[in-house]
Amino acid sequence: MSDSQLSATRAPSAGVSLFHYASPQTFFPLAGKLLWPSWIAAVALTLAGLYTGFFIAPTDATQGDSYRIIFIHVPAAWMSMVVYLAMAFWCAVGLVFNTRLSFMMSSALAPTGALWAFVALWTGALWGKPTWGTYWAWDARMTSELILFFLYCGYMALQAAIDDPRRADRAGALIAIVGAVNVPIIYFSVKWWNTLHQGASVSLTQSPSMASTMLTGMLLMALAAWAYTIAVALMRVRAIMIERERQTDWVRQLATGETKA
Amino acid sequence: MKPRQKRFALVALGVAALAGAVTLVLTAFEDNMVFFFTPTQIATHEAPQDRTFRIGGMVEENSLERGADGTSVRFLVTDTAHRVAVTYTGALPDLFKEGKGVVAQGRLGADGVFAASEVLAKHDENYMPPEAAHALEQAKKAQATVVQ
Amino acid sequence: MNWESASDFWHMGGYGFYVWGSYAVTAVLLAFEVWAVARRGRLARVRVARDVAVERMDERRREPT
Repeated sequence: MSDSQLSATRAPSAGVSLFHYASPQTFFPLAGKLLWPSWIAAVALTLAGLYTGFFIAPTDATQGDSYRIIFIHVPAAWMSMVVYLAMAFWCAVGLVFNTRLSFMMSSALAPTGALWAFVALWTGALWGKPTWGTYWAWDARMTSELILFFLYCGYMALQAAIDDPRRADRAGALIAIVGAVNVPIIYFSVKWWNTLHQGASVSLTQSPSMASTMLTGMLLMALAAWAYTIAVALMRVRAIMIERERQTDWVRQLATGETKA
Repeated sequence: MKPRQKRFALVALGVAALAGAVTLVLTAFEDNMVFFFTPTQIATHEAPQDRTFRIGGMVEENSLERGADGTSVRFLVTDTAHRVAVTYTGALPDLFKEGKGVVAQGRLGADGVFAASEVLAKHDENYMPPEAAHALEQAKKAQATVVQ
Repeated sequence: MNWESASDFWHMGGYGFYVWGSYAVTAVLLAFEVWAVARRGRLARVRVARDVAVERMDERRREPT
């Protein structure tokens, strides 16, 4: 089995650079090269975002300093949705093209997406108490974000419960793709229904309703969350590649130090 | 149990749990998709009569009356088309203010007064420093005098 | 500058508990995730190296001396 896989991945790849990196063996070192730049970007952007958010952005007129939770709340909520869509995308690619790497990508993204969903809910609760007067309410925005968190957990639990990785991938892909309908529901919930949660401060169609330094801080933190997510997902996908391809020659050579990556 | 059976049981359990959770959430969602009713919906009898629900709108300017006991309040909730009187006893959230958004949970009495058991403040999506808010207020006042 | 002193900063206009509660839990979770992922990668490599070493021992033993 490993021989046929290896010969397939070693096929000449002139001109087909995208498919060249679709094999774990060639993607592994590429992911390794991208790791450090991602980490540096994540740390630098976080420091810049925190400095802007706490020392440059002014106090809010109505909410006082409690609004400073926005610098993690909004980036976390955005990432929880973006990561889910990315996960569903890789699952769909995996189902259509039957590529091993795409399923590994979606497995690598799920825990980080779940983490962002949890952070969005947690910071939302701590922000809701001083401003609205409650930690939690069953409003459409909050409930649909909670469902997103459960979808991540369901995806991970299902994958963990099935031993055969191919079947686990297919079962997980079903949740990921079906659950993707929840993402637009979260996004538009504040427009479609009466909710306690306010509307979006930043959208594609309107100019942002935030003072510019506040907005800068939030966008820096959002970019930091992107960089962090890329870094940690690359790290995890490398671990998953080793776990799943442990029978192949390239992983065995890698683990015994016969090749470097 | 053999490993294969165990695995199958686990998967079946997982799928059943997920299906159950989704059904539960969806049925709960169906009833509560609308987090609050507006005074207009109450005026047109769209709001439930015999159970507690939430009312949402703006606290009308100069409508807040504090009771003699210091904890009970009375105010008007408006959506500019209709108004509803609300009574409430307890601590109000920091952001509760006249002219700002509010969501109150409670029951509509036979006297047409909404007796609230919980009052939440609903703020908007605008974030600005106090000076900017002050300038905005001044501009609004200036505009109002011009119109008059 | 928004803050007059360090204690003013920690007080966060009376919202210190909520603001720092948000930031602290997020920081702890992210740090834990990075640690867990690094550990997972390290263990995966060690496991493969161990399997390879055992197999090579077996092969050597099977060879006629």
